[in-house]
Amino acid sequence: MRSLLLAGWLILLSYSAHGVIETYQFDTDVQRARYHHFIEELRCPKCQNQNLSGSDSAISKDLRRQIHQMIMDDKSDIEITQYMVARYGDFILYRPQFNAATAVLWLTPLGLLLLGLFVWWRMAATRAKPKLSSDEALSITEQQQLKDLLEEENLASKDGDNK
Amino acid sequence: MQRLKLFIPLLVFVALAAMFFGVERRVQRGEYAPTDLPSALVNRPLPAFSLPALEDGRTLTNSDIQGEWFLLNVWATWCPTCHYEHPFLVALADQGVKIVSVDYKDNTEAAQRWLAEKGNPYVATLFDEAGDFGLDLGVTGAPETYLVDAAGIVRFRYQGALDQAIWDREFAPLIAGLAAPSAELKQ
Repeated sequence: MRSLLLAGWLILLSYSAHGVIETYQFDTDVQRARYHHFIEELRCPKCQNQNLSGSDSAISKDLRRQIHQMIMDDKSDIEITQYMVARYGDFILYRPQFNAATAVLWLTPLGLLLLGLFVWWRMAATRAKPKLSSDEALSITEQQQLKDLLEEENLASKDGDNK
Repeated sequence: MQRLKLFIPLLVFVALAAMFFGVERRVQRGEYAPTDLPSALVNRPLPAFSLPALEDGRTLTNSDIQGEWFLLNVWATWCPTCHYEHPFLVALADQGVKIVSVDYKDNTEAAQRWLAEKGNPYVATLFDEAGDFGLDLGVTGAPETYLVDAAGIVRFRYQGALDQAIWDREFAPLIAGLAAPSAELKQ
C-alpha cells in the first residue's frame, strides 16, 4: 500500500516537472538564473501586461529564444537590455530607465506621497488647535455671553412657534 | 468657503469623467489605440538585413531597396488582418507608391500562391522565415507598415491594417513633408 502511494506521488511529481513547455539548455546555473531573470523582467510587446515568461504569444517565444541565444553567446546583461530597448523601446522593461519620457512614471508616486503627507500634516494641525482652547475653563464674561446666546435662542424659537 | 470644499471631490470626478470620455471617444473614432506602441525605430535608420527574395531566393540587402521613400509592409499568409489589408495595398501600388514587404515567419509556397492569386503590390518581398529581421524591426505582429525616407530613416510605423482613412490621416501629411522624388503622388 505504501509503495503504491509512493508511486502515485512520484507520478504527480513527474507531471509538475513537465509543466515547462520550452526547455533550454544552459551550461551553468548562472546562465539559467540570468535567463529566468530576463523573462520575468521583460514585458511581452504584444500582450501589454504579461512578462515574457507568462506569455505564449509568438513574439514572446522569439524573444525568449533570442535571450537564450544571447546568454549562450556570453552577451552581458547591459547588452541584452540595450538590444531589447533598441527594438521595443522602454515599454519592454517593467522597470524602465529614468529619463524624460519615464520621469512621470517614477516621480508620480513620490509626488502623491508628499501630497498625502502635506494633507495629513494640515489636518493634524487644524485638529490640534480647538483641543487647546477647550481645555481651559470659560471665563466669567464668556459664561455670561453663552447664557445670553442661549436665552436669545430660546426667545427666537418661541417666536417661531407663535407664528 | 468651508462648504465649497465639499464640492472638491465632485469637481475631481467631473474632470476625470470628462478626460476618460474624451479618450474613449478618440478610441471609438479610431484616432487613438492605447495598445499601439511607439516604435523605437522612428527617426533611426532601417536595420541592416540580408534576406532571400520570396520570388526567386536571390539575396537582398538594404542597398537593393533604398534610394527613395517607400513603405515597408510586414505581412504573412497566417495573418487574417493582412487579407483585409491586401486590396488597399494593391490600390496604393497602382497609384505608384513603392511598397517593399517582409513576409514574416511564413511558408514560401503559401506566400507565393497568395501573391499570384491576390495580386502583388510589392516591388520586392523579403522572406523572413525565422523572424530575425522582424525582431530587428521591433515587430509585434502582422500587419505593420513602416514609412522609410530616401535616406533610409524610418519616419513612421503603423500597427494594424492600412486603409484609406488611415492613409489620409497618418501617412499623407508625412509623405507630403518628405519632398521625395515620388512626391507627384496625388489623390
